[in-house]
This record gives sequence, C-alpha cells and structure tokens, in this order.
Amino acid sequence: MNGLTFDVAHLLAGGLVLVSFMLLYQDRLYALLNVFAIHALVLSLSVAWQAFIQDAPHLYVTALIALLFKAIVIPVALHRIVARLGIHREIETVVGIGPTMLVGIGLVALSMVVMLRVTADADPLARQDLAFALSVLLLGLLMMVTRRNAVSQVIGFMSLEDGLVLAAAGAKGMPLVVEISVAFSILVAFIVIGVFLFRIRERFDTVDVHALDRFRGERL
Amino acid sequence: MTILPANTVFLVLLIPAGAAAVLAVLPGYRLSARLNVLASLLTLLSALLLFLGKPQPGAYLLVDDLNIVFIVLNTFVGFTTSVFSASYIAHELETGRLTPGHLRFYHAMYQAMMFGMNLALVANNIGLMWVAVELATLTTVLMVGIYRTPEAIEAAWKYFILGSVGIALALFGTILVYMAAQPVVGEGLDGMVWTVLIDHVAAFDPALLNLAFIFLLLGYGTKVGLAPLHAWLPDAHAEGPTPISAVLSGLLLNVALYAVLRFKMLLAAHPTAIAPGPLMAVMGLTSLLFAGLMLYRRRDIKRLFAYSSIEHMGIITFAFGMGGPLANFAGLLHMTMHSLTKSAIFFAVGHIAQVKGTQKIADIRGLTESHPVLGWGLVTGVVAIAGLPPLGVFMSEFLVVSSTFAREPLLAVPLVLGLLVAFGALLLRVQGLAFGEPTGSSAPIQASTVPMLGHLGLVLAAGVYLPPPLTAWFQHVAGLLG
Repeated sequence: MNGLTFDVAHLLAGGLVLVSFMLLYQDRLYALLNVFAIHALVLSLSVAWQAFIQDAPHLYVTALIALLFKAIVIPVALHRIVARLGIHREIETVVGIGPTMLVGIGLVALSMVVMLRVTADADPLARQDLAFALSVLLLGLLMMVTRRNAVSQVIGFMSLEDGLVLAAAGAKGMPLVVEISVAFSILVAFIVIGVFLFRIRERFDTVDVHALDRFRGERL
Repeated sequence: MTILPANTVFLVLLIPAGAAAVLAVLPGYRLSARLNVLASLLTLLSALLLFLGKPQPGAYLLVDDLNIVFIVLNTFVGFTTSVFSASYIAHELETGRLTPGHLRFYHAMYQAMMFGMNLALVANNIGLMWVAVELATLTTVLMVGIYRTPEAIEAAWKYFILGSVGIALALFGTILVYMAAQPVVGEGLDGMVWTVLIDHVAAFDPALLNLAFIFLLLGYGTKVGLAPLHAWLPDAHAEGPTPISAVLSGLLLNVALYAVLRFKMLLAAHPTAIAPGPLMAVMGLTSLLFAGLMLYRRRDIKRLFAYSSIEHMGIITFAFGMGGPLANFAGLLHMTMHSLTKSAIFFAVGHIAQVKGTQKIADIRGLTESHPVLGWGLVTGVVAIAGLPPLGVFMSEFLVVSSTFAREPLLAVPLVLGLLVAFGALLLRVQGLAFGEPTGSSAPIQASTVPMLGHLGLVLAAGVYLPPPLTAWFQHVAGLLG
C-alpha cells in the first residue's frame, strides 16, 4: 500500500513536470491555454492525492480551487479575452523551441541534483515532491523569459505558481500557506486579466510586450 | 501560546485596513486626501504607543526591538508622504492627468499598501510575512500603472513580472525553511513561527537551510532592488506618481530588506549553515558599483534618484552583510537616513516636475533662482544623499567605511570607489539642475514644503547630534542582529 501511494504521488508530480514541458513548445495561444488547463488539472489531482495520503482535509479545498479556477475559469476567461481583443494567435518566442527545451531539460536536471542532494535525510515523498516542484517553478520562469506575449507570460507565471502549490502541499502539515497562496494566485490572475490586459488594449493594438519596449522612457 | 496578542499592535494594522475600506467608497478627493493624512497620522501615533509596552509575541504577530525601529520609520514616512501626496495630487487633478475616480482608487491603495507593509513588519509567521509583502507589491504595481500612459503600463508590467518572480522564489524559500523546521519543531503552525524557529534553529538540517536562504535572498533581494535583480526599480520609480516613488524608495525596499534580515538572523544562529554575510556583502557591493556607474547616463530626474536608491540599498545590504555591532549599527543608521533623505528628495522632485512640466534633467535648470526653497531643498537633499558632512548620511557612510577598513581593508577599496563614483555623478547632475539660467515656468508652487523641510531637518539634526537614547537603542538592535 505504501509503495502504491508513493508511486501515484510520484506519477502525478512527474506528470506536472511533463505538462510544463508541453507548455514550453506550444506555438498557438489557444493550444497554450488548453495545455495550461491540463497543467492545473494535474496539479489538482496531485494535491488531492496529497490530501488523501496525509489525511489533511484542508488540502482538498486547495485541490478544488486549483480545479475550478485554474483549470476552468481562468483558461475560459483568457480564451474570451484573446478572442475579443483579436490578439495574434501565434506566440512569438525570443529563443527557438529547440534550445528552450534543452535549457528546460538542463533546469530539471539541476533541480533534481540540488534538491535530492540537499534533502537526503528528509521524508522520501516530500523530497521527490520538492524536486519536482522546483522543476516546475524553473520551467515556469524559463517560459516567462522566452515569451514575448503578455498572455503567455501570465501563463508562465501561473504555471510557476502551480509549482509552489505543489511544494506547499508536499510539505507535511504546512499551515495556512496553501490556502493563502492559492487565494493570492487567484488575485494575481484577476489583476493581470482585468487591469493589465485591458489597459494595454486601451493604448495598443497588441498585447505583445515587445511592442511596449518602444515606449521606454530612457530611449530618445 | 495565545493566537493573537490583544494590544496596540492591532491599531497599527487596523487603522490602515479600515481607512482603505472607507476611502474605497468615499467620493470627493479633498476629503479623502485629508482622511488619508489623518489615518496615516493615527497609525504613526499607534506605532509610537508600541514603545510604551510591547505585546507578547503570538503565533502571528511579533513586536520586538528590531522591528519597532522599522515600524516607526515606516509609519513616519508614510505620514509625511501622505501630507505631500495631498498637495501633489490636487495638482495632478488640475492638469487632468488623473480623474477623481482614479484618486479614490489611489487613496484606498495607499492605505492598503501601508497595511501590507506594517503587516510584513509585525508578522511573526514567515508565511504571513510573505503574504504581506505580496500584498504591498500588488498595491504598488497598481499605483505605478495609474497614469495609464504607455510608459506607466510598461513600468507596471515589468514591476509586476519581476516582483512576482521574486516573490515566488521567496515563497519557495519559505517552504524550504518549513521543511527544515518540521522534523525538529513538529508539524503545524509552530514550523512557521519565527520566534519558535530561532529557538530551535541549531538542530535544523543545514543543507536545507542554506538552500532556503539562497531562494529567500534572491526573492526578497529582487524587492530590495539589488543588482542584478533591480531592473524593475528605475521604471517603477519614474513612471508612477511621485508620492509612490517616495514610499517605494523610502519604505518598501526597507520592508523587503527587513525580511532578508530576519532570515539572516536564523542562519546566523545555526552553527554549521553557510554564513549569510558574505553573500549579502557581495550583492550589496555589486549593486553599489553598478548603480554608481549607471547614475552618469540618466536623463530623467526620477530615474536618477531611483538608481541612487539602488546604490544606497547596496550600501545598507553590504553593511548588514559585514555584520558585527559597528557595521550593523551603521547599516541601521544608514537605512533610516536614506529613507528620510530619499523621500525628501522625491518630495522636491515631485513639485519640480509639476511646476516645470517635465522630468527631463536637460530641461530643468536654475532651480535655486526660480524656486529658492525647492531648489535649495533639492541641493541639500542631494548633498546629503551624496554623503557630505554635516548631514546624517555622511555619518552612517563614514561608519560603514571605517568598520570595513578595520576588518576587511581590501573590501573597503571597491566600497569607497563606488561611493566616490556615485558622489561625482550626483553633484554633476545637481549643478545643472539647481544653478544657471532658469528655464520653464517660474510660477510659485502652491504646495506645502513642510514634509521636505521636516525630513531634511531631521537628517541634519542626526548628522550634528544623535541623541544618546537613540544611539543606545540602535546599538542594542545592532547587537541583536549578530
């Protein structure tokens, strides 16, 4: 039984890393949003499994919030925003997909090496979880730096937050923070969608952050 | 352990929170500007009440000798900035840059930000502290973007993205601290309570703690504006309303630094964990040298002083990184002096930019002739921030340099070099701004210069004579920092 619980947790957390990789090579916005919904779904399954094996009912709430907001509400809302604003459907990348994937593999390897070495004495389950969480976090960061569109940067940031939620759920008995961090990630998402995209739309024809660079104050 | 200490510390949190709620629904900017000032004043008074009796540390809130310094400084500059802001925004409304609707939002956000910063300072729970820093970040993001110009939106976006990444790294570090604590103090709330952590830290797993500190330093370091994570800072300062530049430089950077210091104390109390000092010292020196050089090519007056803030945060981080009673004392003093001076400079810059209608350094000349009070105020502020005697910043910089010379003479070379480079750049710029043939409008400003003069007066007074009780207090806190 113990072996099985461990394997399932491992599978789900590993699946999250895999979906993070899938986010990296999407070149269409709608596809990206769909993959992000899968990302959030895997996260909620993973957190729900943690709730089950740790016997921590409050984590079910976290899983439910991840499912409802991140897997359904936010992707749907972003779909509508993309459609209504007529944002370019292609995602412009700073670096090619190939090199990005290679860097991503390097980052995952790095986080495995760092976390597994550092946490040699910790509970094996928490240890694996933390290593996977760091991978998801770094992949989210990578996505944010290699994308130009504001929408895909927001997706990158939310996938990064998924990594944090995974880490917090894996840390046994961690108080408060799971709920609070989820509440904040929702707040962040709302602020981004509501304020920034609409404001950007007010002034520009594009939500491509690169276009904003023209308006740098320092450039004459 | 009681969950919450029923005491004055609540007032410091409840007043801004309540004021934010009231201001969010209150129409009419005149009234809300006054209410904003009143709420800030009441918060300051309740912060001073904390000196009378410190509540027992609870599971969520803590007031000790370290953070009381930060709280009082925070609420004081928050109050003076609200006074400055009242006259500043009236002008913005006249020129049509802001609408009354924006102002309602602005005032509510101002108090929400003060709430976030005060909460971060009194939090005993490292999770709560993280949430509070995030809250303060989000409110300032919204305020930086309030003008809705393309530049403001870009600045807010950049600030938001970099700030969120920083804050995410900090949360990961916080989780790692909990993981390190969990085998020792057990599961649940205790694993995040700072006072519990510091008592048991010696038994924590050093490797986890080291890794946690790296994440925390990078995460909160982004918010402090340490190079190479500073990219958001100049844009956010330049494009937002000037009162926000003043609180960003004077307060928010300190709050983030306070978070770093709390974790530094944890690591310092552990026998085999890495020494946090050298990491901080290196980041501080890098920021100082980098910002010092960047000061030369600035064309925008608010950007110029934003880079100067990076420089000074570098010096302060360096001083705390060196550690020891003298360097910590110097760091604390420098932090206080920098907050007061830099916000005074931004008060002056705000009025100047309004009356001249530009932020371009090249278009502003001869201020001492067209606006003597503002012009000389700016000159005094810049002279102070450049570190000339007899003002307070000179004394703290001198202490940083002399304590470095005494312990690590080689490190003092880049430190002094950085200080001189920045000194040259600032004096070069202020000469053009303050003297020569006046340009632009010479209309008198219709705003109170009291906040600016008050700050400069305090900085001058501190440079000339530092009251012994204050010195004793700072020495005591410096001892706590290890």
